[in-house]
Amino acid sequence: MVPELYRVQRVRQETHDTFTLELRPQSGAARLTFKPGQFNMLYIFGTGEVPISVSGNPTGATLVHTTRAVGRVTHVMSRLRAGDVIGVRGPFGAPWPIDLARGHDLVIVAGGIGLPPLRPVIYHVLAHRGDYGRVVLLYGTRTPEDILFRAELERWRARFDLELHVTVDRGTPSWHGNVGVVTSLIPKAPFDARSAFAMICGPEVMIRFTAMELERRGVGTDHIYVSLERNMKCAVGFCGHCQFGPHFVCREGPVFAYDRVEDLVHRWEV
Amino acid sequence: MKTLAELLATHPFFRDFSPEHLELLSGCASQQRVDEGDFLFREGEVAKAFYVVRHGSIAVTAVTPHQGLVTIQTLGEGDVLGWSWLVKPYRWHFGARALEPTVVVGLDAACVRGKCDQDSKFGYEMMRRFAQVMASRLEATHLQLMNVYENRS
Amino acid sequence: MTTQGAAQQPDARPPAFLEPEHFDDVIQILRRRGYRTIGPTRRDGAIVYDEIESAQDLPVGWTDEQSPGRYRVRPRGDHALFAYASAAHAWKRFLHPPNLQLWRAQRTNGHVELVADSAPPPRYAFVGVRACDLEAIRRLDQVMMDGPYVDHVYRALRRDAFLVAVNCCDPSGTCFCVSMGTGPRVTGLADLVLTEMVGAGRHFLTLAAGTASGQEVLDELGRRAATDEECRLADASVEAAAQNMGRSLAVDGLREALANSPEHPRWEHVSKRCLTCGSCTLSCPTCFCSTVEDVTALRGDVTERRRLWDTCFSVEFSYLHGGSVRLSPRSRYRQWLTHKFSTWHDQFGVGGCVGCGRCITWCPVGIDITEEASVIRQAVPLPGSTGPMTE
Repeated sequence: MVPELYRVQRVRQETHDTFTLELRPQSGAARLTFKPGQFNMLYIFGTGEVPISVSGNPTGATLVHTTRAVGRVTHVMSRLRAGDVIGVRGPFGAPWPIDLARGHDLVIVAGGIGLPPLRPVIYHVLAHRGDYGRVVLLYGTRTPEDILFRAELERWRARFDLELHVTVDRGTPSWHGNVGVVTSLIPKAPFDARSAFAMICGPEVMIRFTAMELERRGVGTDHIYVSLERNMKCAVGFCGHCQFGPHFVCREGPVFAYDRVEDLVHRWEV
Repeated sequence: MKTLAELLATHPFFRDFSPEHLELLSGCASQQRVDEGDFLFREGEVAKAFYVVRHGSIAVTAVTPHQGLVTIQTLGEGDVLGWSWLVKPYRWHFGARALEPTVVVGLDAACVRGKCDQDSKFGYEMMRRFAQVMASRLEATHLQLMNVYENRS
Repeated sequence: MTTQGAAQQPDARPPAFLEPEHFDDVIQILRRRGYRTIGPTRRDGAIVYDEIESAQDLPVGWTDEQSPGRYRVRPRGDHALFAYASAAHAWKRFLHPPNLQLWRAQRTNGHVELVADSAPPPRYAFVGVRACDLEAIRRLDQVMMDGPYVDHVYRALRRDAFLVAVNCCDPSGTCFCVSMGTGPRVTGLADLVLTEMVGAGRHFLTLAAGTASGQEVLDELGRRAATDEECRLADASVEAAAQNMGRSLAVDGLREALANSPEHPRWEHVSKRCLTCGSCTLSCPTCFCSTVEDVTALRGDVTERRRLWDTCFSVEFSYLHGGSVRLSPRSRYRQWLTHKFSTWHDQFGVGGCVGCGRCITWCPVGIDITEEASVIRQAVPLPGSTGPMTE
């Protein structure tokens, strides 16, 4: 599969190590369509290709990706400028269960860099608000400086039809908001545990603890969905790198119903 | 106007406490208001009581060498605050400051400890609940310590 | 789905009879039809699959001796054409090339152009595909062509390939195709299936067609049918092979045992010997993992994306932000064995091992997967055991 060329419209620095790219096809055609939770393989000329979840609005004009500069390719990506051209392959992967969850309460729990892959869900839910019950968004980061999309979060927080709580692991003298791990927000969050759908994205440890806390409240593991990550090279289930037990994370994931992966997630070095 | 026993009964921490035990407890209880910014207690002070939060929110604070006073945890309605009263030398390791006008019910430490000694069933119920609270706090602290959001590049 | 041409109905026609000195006619017919004939040949002290121009390139009169960590070829003293067990590597190197250009990108004055490789794929004729290797090709077919995505390179090479399968009469010390239900008799679809009968003063070949294309070649060959006695003798050779397997492996319950034994002490035990060199994955006919590499010209304006074989034994294989998921050798060996005998079933509905024994032969320290798998299947840890564990 040969990548399609996309031109960078805008690069936005979100925090000290996280940035957002807004892209449009170089040919002028409409951008690829995606479902919330899917990812693309982004190719930087001569450097390499990495899997990044789409973080933008499914109905927006541009293709939006938010990522952290963690390795060689993403560091080069962080230095892109408007007008630069990159390659895009996709979309790949299983999406969040936004259709299955219609009519139910939603609990969306994001940890750190786990918020961008969930943002398309929030856009979709807010655009179809009547399709869902109570909607709760819980977001935890390490420090207040790591909070992503802060202006957007504050706008959403002001809505009456969305319950949004942000917490940080470590406060700063100027932070007057919640301090504590994101799991501590779950016991008191207003949702019907018997029927709610939960979507969790973040570091794997955070996912495990969050799922445990949700289970404690009575949410069934078949109603908890998590987004997992593994090394990916081809994104189409051939290179073998993304295997997680029997699952190809690029194809059966990255979004999984928790009951399918709970045992594996608790094993070491799978 | 609710009695203290009734107030305690509505608090999640004392869910399923028997009415007799609630009466016992209410003998040690007193309601308190804390204004925004005021300290309920400070680090190093004698831990004379523990508190259950009825309304508002409390920042659990620690004094750090370079950043001054930092919040290490935020507690709110339905939470229980403090266990330094349970273990010697009964001194607070952290401070507690109200983030907004807050109402707590304080349980006098010496009083509760005395009643635990007298009534072992009551004592057991108290210890069971505090063990649960401590376990949750420990788990949360572990998670915070693991620094899961760290950029490991 | 497999070889070109429609499959024939179960043939009532007896196979053709061929003298070994005329086997070259088969090769020449295939070459005249435009195939690049690949077959076994002796090179660098081993029998390998490479391009052959005539029957003279075959390892005539040679056989192999295989045991854990040991491979030798030796002359038999006769003129048998296919009297070895399995070549040092598998046919996958032709269908799933080890180093392949996916596309090329050119950057001129900020303008980037991407060009896919469009060279027509070679048309291969594989001469001498063992039953185990034929089954391995079918397993790779499933991986590469039966899923939601299709590997176009594999499909193009596979669709045009002509397969001359050969029944096995002389298995080696590491063979266990009987245990895996993949041989020694060829049962899968091949264009031609041949059996070589050597012994008791006789030496001949029988050839049966499995497809219309195979029948065309037989027709062009124009040989008489084999007699009942000749067929019986050929059959008996294959039957004898089934009794002569180098080792065996009980497979019932193995899939489940592996899925449920992530902490079995045997993993630690094998990891003390395993060098994580990946020789097993290189020689295995069904291992398919790959990686991609970007190769940029010094000038920086032309870059190639290439696909290369990869092995799950490397630490980098599972690398993810600052660390590898499978850091310990123990976890990497566990991944390979569990994939081969257990999660392959979940992924493809069939196991990944065909019992060819190459991984046992080519492991520098002679790790025997039949032994490792047996220990875990029995769920009885046997620290310090080195003997083969058979049922």
